[in-house]
Amino acid sequence: MPFGNTHNNFKLNYSVEEEFPDLSKHNNHMAKILTKELYGKMRDKQTPTGFTLDDVIQTGVDNPGHPFIMTVGCVAGDEESYEVFKDLFDPVISDRHGGYKPTDKHKTDLNFENLKGGDDLDPNYVLSSRVRTGRSIKGYSLPPHNSRGERRCIEKLAVEALASLDGEFKGKYYPLRSMTDAEQEQLISDHFLFDKPVSPLLTCAGMARDWPDGRGIWHNDNKTFLVWVNEEDHLRVISMQKGGNMREVFRRFCVGLQKIEEIFKKHNHGFMWNEHLGYILTCPSNLGTGLRGGVHVKLPKLSTHPKFEEILTRLRLQKRGTGGVDTASVGGVFDISNADRLGSSEVDQVQLVVDGVKLMVEMEKKLEKGEAIDSMIPAQK
Amino acid sequence: MSQWVIFDLFGFPYRTVLMKTNGRRYCQKPFKCEELERLVVKKSDNYVRQRGKYGAAMPFGNTHNQMKMNYSSDQEYPDLSKHNNHMAKILTPAMYERLRSKQTPSGFTLDDVIQTGVDNPGHPFIMTVGCVAGDEETYEVFKELLDPVIEDRHGGYKPADKHKTDLNPDNLKGGDDLDPNYVLSSRVRTGRSIRGFCLPPHCSRGERRMVEKLSNEALDSLTGDLKGKYYALKNMTDAEQQQLIDDHFLFDKPVSPLLLASGMARDWPDARGIWHNDNKTFLVWVNEEDHLRVISMQKGGNMKEVFNRFCTGLTKIESLFKEKGHEFMWNEHLGYVLTCPSNLGTGLRAGVHMKLPNMSKHAKFEEVLKRLRLQKRGTGGVDTAAVGGVFDISNADRLGFSEVELVQMVVDGVKLLTEMEKRLEKGQSIDDLMPAQK
Repeated sequence: MPFGNTHNNFKLNYSVEEEFPDLSKHNNHMAKILTKELYGKMRDKQTPTGFTLDDVIQTGVDNPGHPFIMTVGCVAGDEESYEVFKDLFDPVISDRHGGYKPTDKHKTDLNFENLKGGDDLDPNYVLSSRVRTGRSIKGYSLPPHNSRGERRCIEKLAVEALASLDGEFKGKYYPLRSMTDAEQEQLISDHFLFDKPVSPLLTCAGMARDWPDGRGIWHNDNKTFLVWVNEEDHLRVISMQKGGNMREVFRRFCVGLQKIEEIFKKHNHGFMWNEHLGYILTCPSNLGTGLRGGVHVKLPKLSTHPKFEEILTRLRLQKRGTGGVDTASVGGVFDISNADRLGSSEVDQVQLVVDGVKLMVEMEKKLEKGEAIDSMIPAQK
Repeated sequence: MSQWVIFDLFGFPYRTVLMKTNGRRYCQKPFKCEELERLVVKKSDNYVRQRGKYGAAMPFGNTHNQMKMNYSSDQEYPDLSKHNNHMAKILTPAMYERLRSKQTPSGFTLDDVIQTGVDNPGHPFIMTVGCVAGDEETYEVFKELLDPVIEDRHGGYKPADKHKTDLNPDNLKGGDDLDPNYVLSSRVRTGRSIRGFCLPPHCSRGERRMVEKLSNEALDSLTGDLKGKYYALKNMTDAEQQQLIDDHFLFDKPVSPLLLASGMARDWPDARGIWHNDNKTFLVWVNEEDHLRVISMQKGGNMKEVFNRFCTGLTKIESLFKEKGHEFMWNEHLGYVLTCPSNLGTGLRAGVHMKLPNMSKHAKFEEVLKRLRLQKRGTGGVDTAAVGGVFDISNADRLGFSEVELVQMVVDGVKLLTEMEKRLEKGQSIDDLMPAQK
């Protein structure tokens, strides 16, 4: 995988003009914001761990655009990246997160009882429900930049923390490098296994270095709660199950996440968080809650309706194919999830999904009967 | 806290460190640097004003990641237990420890050298090298790793050995009559690196663009049957692209993980391009796996003509570069210095696409190739499989033999393989044709 080997001592011998990337064919957030002047201003800076501007932007330079999504085109290598390169990140964050300002404060709410409803999404349409987020462990570089030693430490800490979970959260860790064929088959059938990233969005940022060293999957015996270690973030925490009981999924998500955080805190490893950006993750698009709550839902009719995109926008929802972030949908089944991450809380975002999916299922039913849905089109949330 | 630059005794910047102003090093744990006692520390601000050989101050991290040295060598040492490449066979934990704090003047580190070998444990068809150079000095700074890799890869070539360059095509015997019923095409390629610039795994956009600019200037002044045109990848028209594909000239963004993992595809397609002569028999790739790849090719079996053109063109290009004050990276031990240690020496791969449907199924095929010092590949290139009984047959050696010697081996070897194929077609034995080990 191409990774940014941008630690070249000769770079500064060349003028800004000579080093500035050609972004003329590019369409991502970074390319829209990074001017020559901005590049000139920041190109000799680095974070304490040595992450430079070129490291930040390499993925955006190598990946001009994407057919389905407006990509971010930049990543953080550590917590300090967002500070040292704020001249780039602040406008990117503002663009990506609906005008979020450098002075805005983010609200965290992981109290699942604040969610209204969500236990009765129609399982004839809603095939599965899932909530995921990421967490970064303070004091370590992030996946684009961390060394093998750092990555292994993160794995060790994660495994220790997860091993102490009990009750519905009791489970087991499967490191990628020593997985048996049988275990691998099982994890694939359960739709749990993540493999070496092939998306150039990820590989160009250096996240796949040393694969599969330090990577693994932990899940509970019930197979409803899982943690990915050292994939796109230090930890990805996922709660999922078949059917439409999003409330239960979110309950387990909040309870599990808070248990994990407590254990980490006890060992003096907090999660990266601040009151402006919320939870700090590798990709600026995941700042704030880092939460993607979604369902796989059958919308063959609604998805071909001319107002489908408009409805999603108004409901503050996003569609994806069932293979993940940069795939197309198959058989009229869509992955529908919250579009926002920053500026609203976890409860707010899951509420949007619950309410929005309920409405879209009603619309699908109407369209099935050949009825119009014009009166149901929602206001902008 | 301020940034200080440490210089070695030659005045080359060696590494940067963060230091508190009272001079005590800021690190959670002190890191070992055996040469530190011999080095002189100067504050980086001063260095900006001095403008030494390597130019302005470098406030970049000197290792890829400043946190690395806080972890023990054991914690950082890669897991090579499932690996089968040259680097993995040679890099012990003790060697890793000795080399991990070093860097070349341009900032290339051990981890940079080995990343591709860590990320690519092995390959079904070939024993890969698993390490790359980021600049000319890599082969010196990391000689402890690269010398044994070179020795393993190049048939026991020792650190004290000298390499011979011979680009006089008149020294080639024969080679103009390989049977075109079997030999579909002939090709000779090599690479060249321009001294003073980092190599593709490590070069910055500015450096890469300069390499492109210098190459264009040199190629523009070629005349006669070498006169040609440059097609930059980033503004190629669809028509031009289609033509280059039809001519089998176009190279595209590498997909081989061997190349990608070393960072060669960064900023694609910026400053990459293809130059070829009007006759379409001589082409130069700019900024693909090396600064320059020079290729002479044509249909049929007249390897002599291909090699003539190759030598003439290459020599002309070299003198054009020299006129402008730029030489190719070369030394008398390693010959021409290229990105991959497997291409040191001549950097030359001379080969043919030839039909060997019977020979390739013969039990002794591999043995014959080995004795002839030849190598087989699929017709798609280095890590592909053969299609339709057509193989790419080329010299296996690069270092320790001259260009003429290597092409001679291909010419002689291909002639013999053709004879063998013809025998097998007739159902006859080839035992009496088995060659001795060259």
